[in-house]
Amino acid sequence: MEAFTRHKGLVAPLDRANVDTDMIIPKQFLKSIKRTGFGPNLFDELRYLDQGEPGQDCLNRPINPDFPLNKARYKGASILLTRKNFGCGSSREHAPWALEDYGFNVIVAPSYADIFYNNCFKNGILPVILEEYEIEDLFIEVEKIPSFQLDVDLVSQTIITDSAKEYNFELDEFRKDCLIDGLDEIGLTLQHADLVKKYEEHRENRHPWVFGAIK
Amino acid sequence: MRAKTLYDKLWDEHLVKENPDGSSVLYIDRHVLHEVTSPQAFEGLRLAGRLPWRLDTNIATPDHNISTDRNERSAGVSGIPDLVSRIQVKTLDENCDQFGIKEFKMNEMGQGIVHVMGPELGATMPGMTVVCGDSHTATHGALGCLAHGIGTSEVEHVLATQCLVTKKMKNMRVTVHGVLGCGVTPKDVILAIIGRIGTAGGNGHAIEFAGSVFRDMSIEGRMTVCNMAIEAGARVGLVAVDDKTISYCKGRQFIPKGKLWVDASSYWQTLVSDSDAVFDLEVVIDAADIEPQVTWGTSPEMVAPVTALVPDPLDEAEEDRRKGFTRALEYMGLQGGTPITSINVDRVFIGSCTNSRIEDIREAALVVDGHKVANSVKQVLVVPGSQMVKAQAEAEGLDKIFEKAGMDWREPGCSMCLAMNADKLGVGEHCASTSNRNFEGRQGTGGRTHLMSPAMAAAAAVAGHIVDVRDWLPRGEN
Ligand code: SF4
Repeated sequence: MEAFTRHKGLVAPLDRANVDTDMIIPKQFLKSIKRTGFGPNLFDELRYLDQGEPGQDCLNRPINPDFPLNKARYKGASILLTRKNFGCGSSREHAPWALEDYGFNVIVAPSYADIFYNNCFKNGILPVILEEYEIEDLFIEVEKIPSFQLDVDLVSQTIITDSAKEYNFELDEFRKDCLIDGLDEIGLTLQHADLVKKYEEHRENRHPWVFGAIK
Repeated sequence: MRAKTLYDKLWDEHLVKENPDGSSVLYIDRHVLHEVTSPQAFEGLRLAGRLPWRLDTNIATPDHNISTDRNERSAGVSGIPDLVSRIQVKTLDENCDQFGIKEFKMNEMGQGIVHVMGPELGATMPGMTVVCGDSHTATHGALGCLAHGIGTSEVEHVLATQCLVTKKMKNMRVTVHGVLGCGVTPKDVILAIIGRIGTAGGNGHAIEFAGSVFRDMSIEGRMTVCNMAIEAGARVGLVAVDDKTISYCKGRQFIPKGKLWVDASSYWQTLVSDSDAVFDLEVVIDAADIEPQVTWGTSPEMVAPVTALVPDPLDEAEEDRRKGFTRALEYMGLQGGTPITSINVDRVFIGSCTNSRIEDIREAALVVDGHKVANSVKQVLVVPGSQMVKAQAEAEGLDKIFEKAGMDWREPGCSMCLAMNADKLGVGEHCASTSNRNFEGRQGTGGRTHLMSPAMAAAAAVAGHIVDVRDWLPRGEN
């Protein structure tokens, strides 16, 4: 996973509360054997006017012109601004996979569903939590100012707007370190590879039959 | 020293490290893989340029969405009709070949439902930590090991690090005293337990099943019980090791031989809870109170003795329960107050990782022998849990008993347990099923599942409606 310290990018608004994971990536796309390639089907039902099926060429599908991600001014957005309880519903990890594959690095919302929040960190996405009134401010600005960007600094836990406003956000130290060091959970466990090897040797001495039986 | 439960012992033995955030790094001895929850994990490894930590820990097989039809099966992987299923099975084969993981391919001897395969090959051994990307992994706990279901990210994590980052659970003990009545099987025991404690009763706990009923029970019966621990809310189910466990293991393909066997089996004998160990939660049940069980609703806790009536939601004092019952009965097309034995069945499914082992197949064959499937029943699937079960059953001539009765003897796989292949219920059809989940749509959209034992399902197939199998068995025979 890539290290995350600071990210500046274009903001796209999704003005809805309780966006669930089925809305983020509908269940018909879960049959895939990959964890990449979900980007074109992110928010499928909101984004396109036809029924989404796996294997379609999304470039030729009728798009919903009112959906923010389809508007020219939000093309290339890497920061998603949205409302409370984002990512509720089923625990599918395909939701952060789809957001990441589309190109989102940061999500800004007043709150998230628990498992989704965790899954973001596992996949290198920073889910920022701000107060409701701060979110409200940002929605107004993003609407008003073309090419509105945010500068998100994880190290100092601040967000600076194009209009030079500054917001602070909280997150737990452990998660912050993981993102900054670019450590996914696997990377984190592998930091203790020596310990695992030592344990393994000890286990093999004590219970040798656990090793080598399957070839 | 503090007295320990079996779960405590297994946990302590595998603990590599405790993290500052309260989670722990647990070493994994055995990792079982199948086609549905592994592809993204392998892709993740590839994307990150990682290799499996240890090859000799992994064992794989396709089971969830392979066909159970003999003709389709004989055409090999290219004979799987559904494109996505075919790709998943092919991908598993390719991933295992590429990374060097031992796989029992679709038509190879050894293949089977993951939770039937592991124990029968001796890949699962007492004292191990066992994981698989499937929630019914608790099955393996019947051999006195610590077995968890895990998610796809965790499958990748285990492949890459041989460890799982997890939190310790609390200890729960369910004791069933006494002797089971004639016609009352392990499936009835676990359904009765779930009926008693509910689907959330074991949340956050590892359940140890203890007492004379489990001591007297065969290892396969214990697997049926542990298999459904997850339906009682517990990710882990366990039974202490005893002589039966040891003799079950002896001689199986991956079980150690010679001096290793002597050392291993003497260590395994220690895998019991200390007599003064304290459990956070205790439930005690009298075997004499357990009758053959049947689910009438859309959750495994919606279960009743076969002699009972479908409950009337109006009798429920609590509003949420009343609503839940009403909704379930609507889905099931049943009225409160209906005798359970008057429910007609359209299809019957004997199989799944709960009840597809040789003892289950024998139990069903014993009931069916000499009878015919009722005219009103559209289909009876008998699906052995593995190639080895299939071969054994055929050697005993059990397949002939089923076929003579007008039942379908199939190729091993998950089949109608989750309807990922063509084996499905139609809308509104009632099914007597030996599987583990009766959720809405689980066995096919609009399908209505009644969970029960293999003997009960077989009897329902012959009668065309749910019956009390005790009326069928010669008295005194179990
Ligand atoms: S038989 Fe059913 S419950 Fe068991 S592994 Fe297969 S799908 Fe899951």
